[in-house]
Amino acid sequence: MAYSDKVLDHFKNPRNVGTLNKDNKNVGTGLVGAPECGDVMRLQIQVNDEGLIEDAKFKTFGCGSAIASSSLATEWLKGKTIDEALSIDNMDIVEELALPPVKIHCSVLAEDAIKSAINDYKEKNNQ
Amino acid sequence: MQRNSVIRLNLNKNNMSNQRIYLDNNATTPCDSRVVDAMVPYFTKMFGNAASRNHPYGWEAEDGVDYAREQVAQLIGADPKEIIFTSGATEADNLAIKGVFEMYARKGNHFITCTTEHKAVLDAFQKIEKLGAEVTYLEVQRDGLINLDDLQNAITDKTVMVSIMFANNETGVIQPVKQIGEICAKNGVLFMSDITQAAGKIPVDVKEMGIHLAAFTAHKMYGPKGVGALFVNRKKPRVKVTAQMDGGGHERGMRSGTLNVPSIVGFGKAAEIAMAEMEQDAKRLSKLRDKLQAALMEQLEEVVINGNEEHRMPHVTNMSFKHVEGEGLMMTFNQNLALSSGSACTSASLEPSYVLKALGLGDDLAHSSLRFSLGKYTTEQEIDQTIEWIANGVNHMRSLSPIWEMFKEGIDLESIEWSEH
Repeated sequence: MAYSDKVLDHFKNPRNVGTLNKDNKNVGTGLVGAPECGDVMRLQIQVNDEGLIEDAKFKTFGCGSAIASSSLATEWLKGKTIDEALSIDNMDIVEELALPPVKIHCSVLAEDAIKSAINDYKEKNNQ
Repeated sequence: MQRNSVIRLNLNKNNMSNQRIYLDNNATTPCDSRVVDAMVPYFTKMFGNAASRNHPYGWEAEDGVDYAREQVAQLIGADPKEIIFTSGATEADNLAIKGVFEMYARKGNHFITCTTEHKAVLDAFQKIEKLGAEVTYLEVQRDGLINLDDLQNAITDKTVMVSIMFANNETGVIQPVKQIGEICAKNGVLFMSDITQAAGKIPVDVKEMGIHLAAFTAHKMYGPKGVGALFVNRKKPRVKVTAQMDGGGHERGMRSGTLNVPSIVGFGKAAEIAMAEMEQDAKRLSKLRDKLQAALMEQLEEVVINGNEEHRMPHVTNMSFKHVEGEGLMMTFNQNLALSSGSACTSASLEPSYVLKALGLGDDLAHSSLRFSLGKYTTEQEIDQTIEWIANGVNHMRSLSPIWEMFKEGIDLESIEWSEH
């Protein structure tokens, strides 16, 4: 199976790889997937006082499409408000990366990771 | 704890974009040029139908097939009359299993095989189960070997045949074939073995090992694709299989269809070359395999070898690199290095390797596995290059892996509630 150039680019030069301090109040962490399923994504957001996502980081255990999906998600998250971030749909990721049908679950996982990180942030901040 | 996020995979080091290395010889092998040379005249000059009995074109083709039949028979210690040419090992497996099921229906309907067999065997057994066969699937031990007591205990008075592969395609693990043959002989049941991965690579002697039916193919031993054979024992016991392909009664009535003369000639040549050269190839390749394995174990943490290391094909190793997903790992080098992975993402079924799972590996380790299968054209330089690419790839993927980070921080991954999806 051949990968799209965008998947290859994100795979070879992943954006925003890393770790934010999950104990910080302004950091929301989403950890989704399972090692048994072959995909685990950890996506983190850091939200500033104005409610904007000022930083996003990820680490992913998975195939090239899973890594590209999470890399792209962090790129999109930066500078967005929480509400804007919640509107990111997995099909947007599918379209941007030209994922084939067997890889759609990678984009679903990325959307789940975004939602899970936002939930974590909201819970920490009683929103 | 914020870390620098710029991670780049250096793909251009050491001309990575130019060199191509093939370490997937268990999938298929290149044709030896001596094999191709032997085949060529049978496409153009000696193109006759081997079944044409009344003119020289037919006689030439038949001579070519007869000679190849001797070469192939010799490779496995059989008589030429015991070789039935087929389109490949899959067809030979199907002919053996379905053919014996039909032919011996009056004797019984019970068959024994094991869970790590090739799909050609497992799917043929599933088919005959629907037609009334009872099939026992022996589980393998942690090292991939079957337990001989389990085999003995599974045999009943309804058992017709035991089918256990010689060497496994994913792990290279070699089953105790001779002892299996002895158990089958003692109990008066047929012994079939899929010898596809072993034939032409290590000595296989069907008579000494008590094998009654054996399926194999040319393209795993530097011969052409699309040709294989089923060995069918003729004496003590005289084994018969019901034809699965009806037609002109070719191949002693067991497999009709005009013979694929050029490919059969190539198969014969490949068998002859293998017989002469397999010992020295195996010696050289096992050294290279051991070097690859030792270097990766030394340079990387948390690497495991899957399957028995003592009873294993000389050119194969299957390794898991913990907390790295196999397909992603392969993407770091797959423009240059051909390998297989047990990862689900590389299979059509989206399930990780059933063979590795049968060895008791968790899905996570199966997802993290790579199979290296060397071949006679593999060089030491290629192995050195492979070591570097794999080590770089694993390190890169681990730098991206959240579970590697958790592992390094001492978090017990078992304690985490994962969201299965």
